[in-house]
Amino acid sequence: MRRIFFGFVRKEFYHILRDRRTLAVLFGMPLIMMALFGFAIRNEIDDVPLLVVDASRDEATDGVVDRLRASGYFDVVEFGAGRRNVEAAFERGDALAALAFEPDFARRLRRGEAHVQVITDATNPNAASTVLAYTTAVLNDVQSEQALERGMIVAADGSDGTGRVVPSVRMRYNPDLESAYLFVPGLIAVILMLVCALMTSITITRERETGTMEVLLVSPLHPLQIIAGKVLPYLALSLVNVATILVLAVALFHVPVRGSLALLLAECLLFILCALSLGMLISARSRSMQTATMIALAGLLMPTVLLSGFIFPISSMPEALQLFSHLIPAKWFLIVVRGIMIRGIGLEVVWMETLVLVGMTAVFMTVAVRSFSIRLE
Amino acid sequence: MQTILVLLRKEFRQIFRNRAMLPIIFVMPIVQLLVLAFAATFEVKQTPVALVVEDLDPVGRELVRRMEASGYFSVRETTTSARKADEAMQSGRVDVIFHMPRGLADESTDHTLQIVVNAQDGATAGVVQAYLSRIVADFNEDRSAIRVQGLVSHGGDAAATPVGPGRIIVRPMHWYNPRLDYQTYMVPGILVILVTMIGTFLSAMNVVREKEIGTIEQLNVTPIRKGQLIAGKLFPFWIIALFELAFGLLVAWLVFRIPLEGSLALIFALAAIYLLAMLGLGLWISTVTETQQQAMFIAWFILVVCILMSGLFTPIESMPIWAQWLTELNPIAHFIKIMRRVLLKGAGIEAVAMQAAALGAFAVVSLTLAVKQYRKVSS
Repeated sequence: MRRIFFGFVRKEFYHILRDRRTLAVLFGMPLIMMALFGFAIRNEIDDVPLLVVDASRDEATDGVVDRLRASGYFDVVEFGAGRRNVEAAFERGDALAALAFEPDFARRLRRGEAHVQVITDATNPNAASTVLAYTTAVLNDVQSEQALERGMIVAADGSDGTGRVVPSVRMRYNPDLESAYLFVPGLIAVILMLVCALMTSITITRERETGTMEVLLVSPLHPLQIIAGKVLPYLALSLVNVATILVLAVALFHVPVRGSLALLLAECLLFILCALSLGMLISARSRSMQTATMIALAGLLMPTVLLSGFIFPISSMPEALQLFSHLIPAKWFLIVVRGIMIRGIGLEVVWMETLVLVGMTAVFMTVAVRSFSIRLE
Repeated sequence: MQTILVLLRKEFRQIFRNRAMLPIIFVMPIVQLLVLAFAATFEVKQTPVALVVEDLDPVGRELVRRMEASGYFSVRETTTSARKADEAMQSGRVDVIFHMPRGLADESTDHTLQIVVNAQDGATAGVVQAYLSRIVADFNEDRSAIRVQGLVSHGGDAAATPVGPGRIIVRPMHWYNPRLDYQTYMVPGILVILVTMIGTFLSAMNVVREKEIGTIEQLNVTPIRKGQLIAGKLFPFWIIALFELAFGLLVAWLVFRIPLEGSLALIFALAAIYLLAMLGLGLWISTVTETQQQAMFIAWFILVVCILMSGLFTPIESMPIWAQWLTELNPIAHFIKIMRRVLLKGAGIEAVAMQAAALGAFAVVSLTLAVKQYRKVSS
């Protein structure tokens, strides 16, 4: 019996290993995704193309423009006045912000106050507020320097030097604010979800569609063994993927594994099982391969990326959506993996999240096996 | 022409008779749009805070009140023990710890406010730090303003400004999206992704499915030409995807109040070209692969890379130069740019001409590849 089972597992391995294209994607994907996230995809905003509309052209505005250039945040382009010009630049994407000095800037500044208008292309709100913060910071610097020159001791934050609250911020766990700390756990979740849920959902429906399922069902193998045999190779492949990502993360991006490595791998294994049973559930429930893959792909991809906390923080979402995110296995997995890798915590802290994953796996698996055995009759 | 019409009728019937697929094609994208648009925000609200404090004087209370009033922070735990606060962060209950200094009311000296931020998410931690410094700077400014009240008139401007002459006053103006609303930015992009996924996956599975179940042979022995076959396969998905885009835009306009500044005709004309490119890509994948599994897997992989590099979640301008050049090869990046520029900024054809030309080139290349690759003889 055991020999038959291993024979079946070997057949499944052959299926996968002989399909060179799928295999290439399977092993190439973690590498490419790591490279993209590690080297290409960033959220920091610098070298902002900035238009300067200078109606005044005096020593004060020159000073400000020099400071803006020197700050490193901006690529300054001097520009003629006119709303239409700014509009055209924004529409073509040639500039993200524009700075307009009022006429007679230097004289007004000496008299009291001078005005600067900062116009941002706010289609991207994140970029707009960052650019505004940068500009304001540079202008504040210029202003306090001038005040100092004139012998007025005024600190940049507007206090007179006593009784101030001085914040001293410590960035714990990730002092350099490396984005790799965030995306590595997220990538593990997305890749495992894809490999496990998509591949298993396809492999079972495929046997059904090509008619070879009958052959399997009349074999002496128990339905559970058929499922186990289908799932085992993907389990092995997924573990290889996890190992690849972890090795790259530590070697290339210096992401720490502060907690127990054994616990981390065990949690990955649990998530793999969860995704595999979700894939089985999808395939057992859908009649054609097309339906199965569309559910697995179109239905799982975006929620796993968006609702798991991979890119966007869950705590900022509306209440209803936060409740909904509880249904996404990747969310729980991310909490666990980030905790173990970055904060170095143990099972005593993430036992609840682990239990949720165990529960989800149990439910998916039970329903999948049930639906599967019904088809036997 | 007649041949194509017959083929079209067959394809449409196949799609509409598959009851299981209809909700996936038509309902799921809209539901996802409605749900995901709320998820995609980089704003940081209600960050959970632990307060380490022995006794809170009125000045400290005022500072805490301001933190909470800003909406960015919410005090979840108050304790006298630094170790307890530490445990709260370790277990993930709070993301920020304030060590409130004693005797804040004492104005003869500065006070250091120790703040610990959980920086495992670097981007969020940066935003939190920016909020914090602004709140504290405002707090200091107002306190010193109270002290010198009557001596100098106080502007009360949001930007921190020293007291006295020589002030530079910044007047911010946010164009196109004055309330800095994240949905305005994300919804057009998410819609593009959803429409693209449905179209590309369906077309990628189409030919290879006929190959796998053997019905391709029946098509191969008909007088249908290769070009006609690809056209007949492509057209139904093209119509469906354009329809979905229209429906999605309607939802975006009704539910999310996305401004439709530019010309809708321009959007649909460019969408038509874009979809030709993406569906052509799908069909090409379908002709080079042997099994649906292969096709889906490769299509998924290409799409994920294209989506991540499209500027949807993270701005293209932030990428290094070589990666920015790579995005020129990404049709999704071009079309998201088009959608944002035309819909949100009201740009005309001259502002998106480069993108339109690139999409045209992609369409020609991918369709040619698909037709060339298709073989009427089975290997």
